[in-house]
Amino acid sequence: MADLTIIGAGVAGLWAALSARKAGLEVRVIDRNGPPGPHGCSWWAGGMLAPFCEGAVAEPAVVTHGQHAAAFWAGVTDVTHHGSLVVALERDRGELARFARRTTGHALIDDIAALEPDLAHHKPALYFKKEAHLDPRRALSDLVAALAAAGVQIERAEATPEDTQGPVIDARGMAAALPGLRGVRGEMVVLRAPEIRLSRPLRLLHPRHPLYIVPRPDGLFMLGATQLESTDRRGATARAVLELLSAAYALDPRFAEAELVETGADLRPAYADNLPRITRRGRVLHLNGLFRHGYLMAPALAAQAVAYLTQGIKGDLLHED
Amino acid sequence: MRDFYGVTLANPLMLGTAQYPSPAVLEAAFRASGAAVATVSLRREAGQGQGFWQILKGLGVPLLPNTAGCHSAREAITTAQMARELFETNWIKLEVIGHADTLQPDPFGLLEATETLAADGFEVFPYTTEDQILAARLLDAGAKVLMPWGAPIGSGLGLNNRYGLRSLRAAFPDVPMVIDAGLGLPSHAADALEMGFDAVLLNTAVAQAGDPVAMARAFALAVQAGALARQADPMAPRDMAQPSTPVLGKAWL
Repeated sequence: MADLTIIGAGVAGLWAALSARKAGLEVRVIDRNGPPGPHGCSWWAGGMLAPFCEGAVAEPAVVTHGQHAAAFWAGVTDVTHHGSLVVALERDRGELARFARRTTGHALIDDIAALEPDLAHHKPALYFKKEAHLDPRRALSDLVAALAAAGVQIERAEATPEDTQGPVIDARGMAAALPGLRGVRGEMVVLRAPEIRLSRPLRLLHPRHPLYIVPRPDGLFMLGATQLESTDRRGATARAVLELLSAAYALDPRFAEAELVETGADLRPAYADNLPRITRRGRVLHLNGLFRHGYLMAPALAAQAVAYLTQGIKGDLLHED
Repeated sequence: MRDFYGVTLANPLMLGTAQYPSPAVLEAAFRASGAAVATVSLRREAGQGQGFWQILKGLGVPLLPNTAGCHSAREAITTAQMARELFETNWIKLEVIGHADTLQPDPFGLLEATETLAADGFEVFPYTTEDQILAARLLDAGAKVLMPWGAPIGSGLGLNNRYGLRSLRAAFPDVPMVIDAGLGLPSHAADALEMGFDAVLLNTAVAQAGDPVAMARAFALAVQAGALARQADPMAPRDMAQPSTPVLGKAWL
């Protein structure tokens, strides 16, 4: 019999499984949809590991824990350590100064030509040298492979914590329907533009339509993401796509010729403070509320859950119910 | 203080609920502001789970739904009807946007939507300019409150046309008026209340501040100062200096 059952094979559940396995526990992973895919919100993520940028609006815990995410991930998948850039259009330069005041870990560079020759016309930029990015779908399949190598398969089955015995980690995201958990809708676009070269994620600050672009292999670019207080699960709206594409076009007009490969939408599970948490209820640990920080916060959240299970250590993300 | 469709507010501040770093920050800022009304945008924040709306309802103040982002009377009317159903209130902050860049009201669409909604039992808070003719038409159409802009939405410029706003206030002394949009600093809010407006409505100035809770508190103090100053009957500005200490015995003209 397993020492620990994990329900939910998104980024949080998979990290919990891997951390537990590394701590020597026998684990089972159950997901009603099997291995990760378009059914889970982890699938739609950008894959930026950008704790300092997120600090502009997120709570300090995201900056502190997020700084370790790239190192965690590097043990599992390819991580590109090229930093990230933040730019603003000419008329929104005030936004750049404001972003700089509200974040740390950056340098103001006068000319980004040396870093991103294709975007040399966006002169001043903030360079967050210590940030990184990954390809989220690749990362998920690498996590699944790492678990398989450790003898853990993803079981496809309906399960709730009540169905199981012994210690349980519930990492079902929105499906867990926990008190205080809400959905925050996000929409994204994937473009193929082989003639555009970007080596690192880029954020465009804009008072109405902020945008980030994450380069992926094979000339692909992920454009994200809207953030709406809504639990509407429909596909991306025309308006969202229009806004994301317009912002990308403003950044580099060559995106107008890009192939529209994919659009997507899903809900980010979040608590009122937009911080992830481990909620303990008897033998169940609920890992949830990763909001827009799934890839940034899942390793730390998993590590705290396992440290609690194996050693009773209570980290800052643990809440007793 | 004048009442808004029969509701007397505890203080002259209405606060928007969009663009905060998190609902937890929104809640803390809202409490720090002491705002008496919460505005909520319906158009994009629609969905089934309503976790966010539960948080808004938990603020314990009347909700004023708006039709933000609507570009035609028809769109605004539909949104207002949805809002009434969802929030169970006849209040509607009516925005009919005329231009995508300036977000300034479309006076013709606004009048049309006000007529339709007022006839349908809505209590309309029209977001308008300082134009007096439009104000008169909106009142004729059934609005009993006016919401003239300070400056374009989200611009933070303060009271852009002081002359126009002062004339509007003087032209309709008995109509409750809320300065809505364009306020960036607490001094702008104090300014509006000193000028005799009954309340102010703002969102971005608090939500996008580096410390929204501190800024909310600053606005709370400012509206208190402005309202108190108005009640205290301010002195009239003069062109000549008037010494506050006696000048007897000194040569002067």
